Amino acid sequence: MDKEFTTVSIPTSLHRKVEEAIKGTEIASVSAYVVKVVRESLSKEQEAKEVFSQEDEEKVKERLKALGYID
Amino acid sequence: MIQPHGGRLIERLLSGPARDAALERAKTMPRLRLDAESVSDVENLATGVYSPLEGFLGEKDFRNVLAHMRLAADLPWTIPIVLDVDRSTADGLKVGIEVALVNDADEPVAVLSLEEKYGFDKAAMAETVFGTTDPAHPGVAKVMGMKDVLLAGKVDLITMAPTPFDRWKLTPKETRVLFKAKGWRTVVGFQTRNTPHIGHEYVQKAALTFTDGVFINPVIGKKKKGDFKDEVILASYEELIRHYYLKERAVMAILQMEMRYAGPREAIHHAVIRKNFGCTHIIIGRDHAGVGKYYHPFAAQDIFEQFPDLGIVPLFFRSFYFCKKCGSVVNEKICPHPDSEQIQFSGTKIRDLLVQGIVPQVELMRPEVAKVIMGFKEPFND
Repeated sequence: MDKEFTTVSIPTSLHRKVEEAIKGTEIASVSAYVVKVVRESLSKEQEAKEVFSQEDEEKVKERLKALGYID
Repeated sequence: MIQPHGGRLIERLLSGPARDAALERAKTMPRLRLDAESVSDVENLATGVYSPLEGFLGEKDFRNVLAHMRLAADLPWTIPIVLDVDRSTADGLKVGIEVALVNDADEPVAVLSLEEKYGFDKAAMAETVFGTTDPAHPGVAKVMGMKDVLLAGKVDLITMAPTPFDRWKLTPKETRVLFKAKGWRTVVGFQTRNTPHIGHEYVQKAALTFTDGVFINPVIGKKKKGDFKDEVILASYEELIRHYYLKERAVMAILQMEMRYAGPREAIHHAVIRKNFGCTHIIIGRDHAGVGKYYHPFAAQDIFEQFPDLGIVPLFFRSFYFCKKCGSVVNEKICPHPDSEQIQFSGTKIRDLLVQGIVPQVELMRPEVAKVIMGFKEPFND
């Protein structure tokens, strides 16, 4: 099954720049470059947050203590 | 704390009245007996080890994982987590029903909410995941022996199977609380299926120098003949940590999962799993998750180039050895001396010495570790 694709627009001058930049690299096309950069950028946007409740965390800590992982 | 893969730690563990009700319903559900490896997969799905998966892969995700090494939602995922059944069993199960997944002892382990059933091409799956269709490859052999239909759907865990290693069994939620309690902001994960030699200790400590803690995470479960037995791996690491690590900087817990020997694809899988456990970094060595000569020694490192959005940082170690001239373990970037000064960490050589009852030289293995291994009558899998 092939992935679904859609089209986005970038300035022609930027397209040319990317073409130059990927020459001789393992990146096969401007599209592949853009996909890579966008994925990288989006992954950095992820917020680090913890979702356990205080009660949950205390329960886990009790087990960790019993197993000798924490004092 | 690093986010779980996909942003949310999955927890599908039934407890209290919900568990009682599921157990009651399970009495009248169709039953499907799982082997130990599938039981481990169910537990890993339910405890968040495989986050963001909540169950066995549906067809769209399955095909996307094979073709693009990503889930349909574009998230990196390289190993299909699937449940196979024979055609007549599949014919007897209607999409939309609940199926009781039972273990070898016929005890309900989990409930599968059946969402989909579909056929697949075993040879194509083997070739894509393992890069070969050679039946001598253990992963290929397993795939070719699979039944014809895959079932998909979310799982809800009723019972966590007890193991002889429960003292070392932690869920991702528990490791995350543990790392937080220890004050670790950066944690390097170390995947292993071996007893530790000095080279392993070197890479762990080299990585630990730049992180707050090391999470030693041996894979427990089905491995190939000749691999060290699980109890030997755990006992030897316990001894190493006791004598040579700071208690506040190193922890060990098991990962109950079958080794697939899928080399580069499995390296990404291992990285995702350690991210879910709360690791910010993972050590990837030479021929990670490889077997025989199926993969280029550094293919498991090179593949990370394709995943800029993985969210966990791989630390690559190419080669390391003991240099007699340097008097320490070194790597190719820091040691100027010729090959004649090197003592290589050959697993086969160390194994042969141990089998003969000889403690390997201290440059290869800690004597305390060697003694623990030699204390086992049969340290290797049959």
